[in-house]
Amino acid sequence: MLRLLRRYWVVVRRPSHYLSLGFLTIGGFVAGIIFWGGFNTALELTNTEAFCISCHEMRDNVYVELQSTIHFTNRSGVRAKCPDCHVPHDWTDKVARKMQASKEVWGKIFGSINTREKFEAARLELAQHEWERLKANNSLECRNCHGYDYMDFTRQSPRAAAQHSTMLASGERTCIDCHKGIAHRLPALPVTKSEKQVSMASP
Amino acid sequence: MTVGRLRTQLGFLLAALVAATAAIAVAAPFSDAMRGNTPIVDEPTPPPLQNQENNDVRRVRSHPMQPPTIPHKIDGYQLDRTVNRCLFCHARTRIEETKAIPLSVTHYMDRDGSVRGDVSPRRYFCTQCHVPQDAVKPLVDNRFEDFDTASQRAAPAKPAKR
Repeated sequence: MLRLLRRYWVVVRRPSHYLSLGFLTIGGFVAGIIFWGGFNTALELTNTEAFCISCHEMRDNVYVELQSTIHFTNRSGVRAKCPDCHVPHDWTDKVARKMQASKEVWGKIFGSINTREKFEAARLELAQHEWERLKANNSLECRNCHGYDYMDFTRQSPRAAAQHSTMLASGERTCIDCHKGIAHRLPALPVTKSEKQVSMASP
Repeated sequence: MTVGRLRTQLGFLLAALVAATAAIAVAAPFSDAMRGNTPIVDEPTPPPLQNQENNDVRRVRSHPMQPPTIPHKIDGYQLDRTVNRCLFCHARTRIEETKAIPLSVTHYMDRDGSVRGDVSPRRYFCTQCHVPQDAVKPLVDNRFEDFDTASQRAAPAKPAKR
């Protein structure tokens, strides 16, 4: 094994015999563009809503639930698509999330939520993952569109203004603490119908 | 009076009634406060949706037992077997933080009147009794007066000015 590696190492280290320096540098540059472009194109392809709902797990459960909410249909026609909220927009964070998503590919292959019943059973866990993620990054995906600095409290209802100008302003709370279940249905929290579920809704 | 004569008379009466009803139906075009002039077989175009009242100002109740109206929007609030969005703020345990109005004790009573630790299932679905309000003109005339107004008007000692 080590000998094999050494043999290749010697080959890689040896200066080129036949290929010109120009071919190697320019060729390497062009190949780099093609590979990098191809990689990013493929990455962006997996970052579209069409890709998300190409699986029935997403199409028949969460996508249907999104459709009646303000983030899908509203008076001005601006809408959020799956990756807007579920994938970080920064490149490094995005790649990290995509690596995590390999578990979702595993889940797809082995059908971990391939029926409505299985999905409902896993809903709480899935939701909690997303809540934790948004809590940890201070609701970054919300803030990609909803900038606190640009909120006009005088245009908000008194109740909303009161909450946003105190709890949100001080950083004591982040968007997801109150705005759970705005794009998808909420899971049945452990104690159904009880007020105890309510204390779970906030930290 | 024989049975035969009675039957004849009854027949005449029925015929007259049917004729009268038909005459009225033909004479007056269909009209209804809720539907407008749209014939009953057609579907009327609904009026545009109004914005729900959202000012957080509690409305006066018309009578002591009236369920209070909801003075804010409840668009998209999930209220089903598993989740009650209203309780996120209005639950007993949450009102200190949210400053919302807590449920009254009646919501914890079962049908025998004993107070339970949790919201009674028969009072769980808030919108059965509590509804948000729209700023719209009432479709039908309403001359309701609450007890105070009516009793003042009826009192002979000091005739109320209306």
